[in-house]
Amino acid sequence: MSNKALAPAIEGWHTMGDQPRLIGTRCCDCGTYFFPKQNDYCKNPDCDSSEFEEVELSRSGELWSYTNASYKPPAPFVAADPFEPFAIAAVQLEKEQMTVLGQVAGGIGVEQLKIGMPMELVLETLHETDDEIKVTWKWKPVTA
Amino acid sequence: MSNEIAILGAGMHPWGKWGHNFVQYGVAAARAALSDAGVPWRDVRFVSGGATMRCGYPGYVAGATFAQALGWQGAEVNTSYAACASGSQALAAARNKILAGECEVALVVGADTTPKGFLAPAGGYRPEDPDWVRFYLGITNPTYFALYARRRMDLYGDTLEDFAAVKVKNAAAGSKNPLARYRKCFTPEDVAASAMVADPLRLMDICATSDGGAALIVSSVDYAKRIGKGDAPRVAAISTVTPTFASGVVEMPDIATDSAAAVGIDAHSYRASLPIKAYEEAGIGPEDVNIAEVYDLSTALELDWIEDLQLAPRGEAAQLLRRGDTAIGGRIPVNTSGGLACFGEAVPAQAIAQICELTWQLRGQAGERQVEGAKVGITANQGLFGHGSSVIVKA
Repeated sequence: MSNKALAPAIEGWHTMGDQPRLIGTRCCDCGTYFFPKQNDYCKNPDCDSSEFEEVELSRSGELWSYTNASYKPPAPFVAADPFEPFAIAAVQLEKEQMTVLGQVAGGIGVEQLKIGMPMELVLETLHETDDEIKVTWKWKPVTA
Repeated sequence: MSNEIAILGAGMHPWGKWGHNFVQYGVAAARAALSDAGVPWRDVRFVSGGATMRCGYPGYVAGATFAQALGWQGAEVNTSYAACASGSQALAAARNKILAGECEVALVVGADTTPKGFLAPAGGYRPEDPDWVRFYLGITNPTYFALYARRRMDLYGDTLEDFAAVKVKNAAAGSKNPLARYRKCFTPEDVAASAMVADPLRLMDICATSDGGAALIVSSVDYAKRIGKGDAPRVAAISTVTPTFASGVVEMPDIATDSAAAVGIDAHSYRASLPIKAYEEAGIGPEDVNIAEVYDLSTALELDWIEDLQLAPRGEAAQLLRRGDTAIGGRIPVNTSGGLACFGEAVPAQAIAQICELTWQLRGQAGERQVEGAKVGITANQGLFGHGSSVIVKA
């Protein structure tokens, strides 16, 4: 059993713990959400705000589409040896009106996925370094 | 007042994985186009190049690089970079120059030499770069194509057999094109037997990257008439519009779409917006189009484009395909050149190559690929960071 510390693969993009959430920002003027975070300029063409607040995004959404990676992606992806294929999901968040990509939780293949099914955010290992386990967000069917 | 320009010449260097300097391909394509046009090089007063980002500084200033290689004769130069739409942007620059009365004849040219294997981003820890982020998380180009393909299956009932049929159709067309890299015919069984890359897309559903070059000689309509080529095909429209916020379809290399949460904002599909401006500019509608060259990065994406170009109602492109309407001899042939399926992508040359094919088709010079009576053609392509284009060519 590894006693390495858990650390986010990308710092500040999601909360840690059992009920993880992505961290984005929201325009204080028009209410547009941004993930990854946007703190400098609002991309809504009808808004010229530069004020943003950090917000945690919805933990769950609806599966917009899905696929998998049958072959090892190139660096900077760090692949396990041997490479384990994984599924990938695009999930639509209702409140934020946006779609976010991510790997699907380990052990769940495309044959278990269906467009429209409810998905929730979990944290799992992306890869390990010498002294840390780098975790990232993944999507998991709510019913699984 | 017409904003049309004439296409006097079209030329290409065959696509392949030759490994030569990109300049060689561009020069070969330019010389072929000059010869096709019957225009002396010294008459060309504007050289508009599509840039390549993979071949060092000469690629960033491709217009000047090609002009020097062809022999400096004092023409003005321009270089355009707009990802997959680079060639269309270079054409637009030439059209502006011609319509402004600043030159009569221009060369538009693009060429590329592509590295072997995956195109990977720069290393390090760079979360501010969306391209780095998505590769770090294991999301490659085929991921995006596959997400769109799966949507088609779920929403419209498209099947793996439909996607394979696109490959079979394009391979059959490309087998008759001496400029194509892949000229072998395939069966649906061949496609089904190729390796799964990104479910539901297999290796043979996804296009490769290639070396290649393409060029056009364009002129004012007046100049064309003066040299006895008043009946040359015309560029009737060039659309290079950006998407409209909020983009509702996740696009390479982003990890998320825009948010459409703000009041008054609707989510849009980007591809669908490109041809709308082209049709308006040309003063025609999709019912007037006889032939189309679209950016089939994947087989399924060809079906999306057919609907984005309004050649079929949304969700019905596969029905056209099944009826044979999009094959040579059908009602609205798509990718008679063989498309990216047979060429592979040579980014700065691709949009120009699409117009070369339309030019030959509209002149009735496409040989075994000829579409009888083709009078109006349209192209469509899409690249990274909001770049895309749609060009209409009329006989």
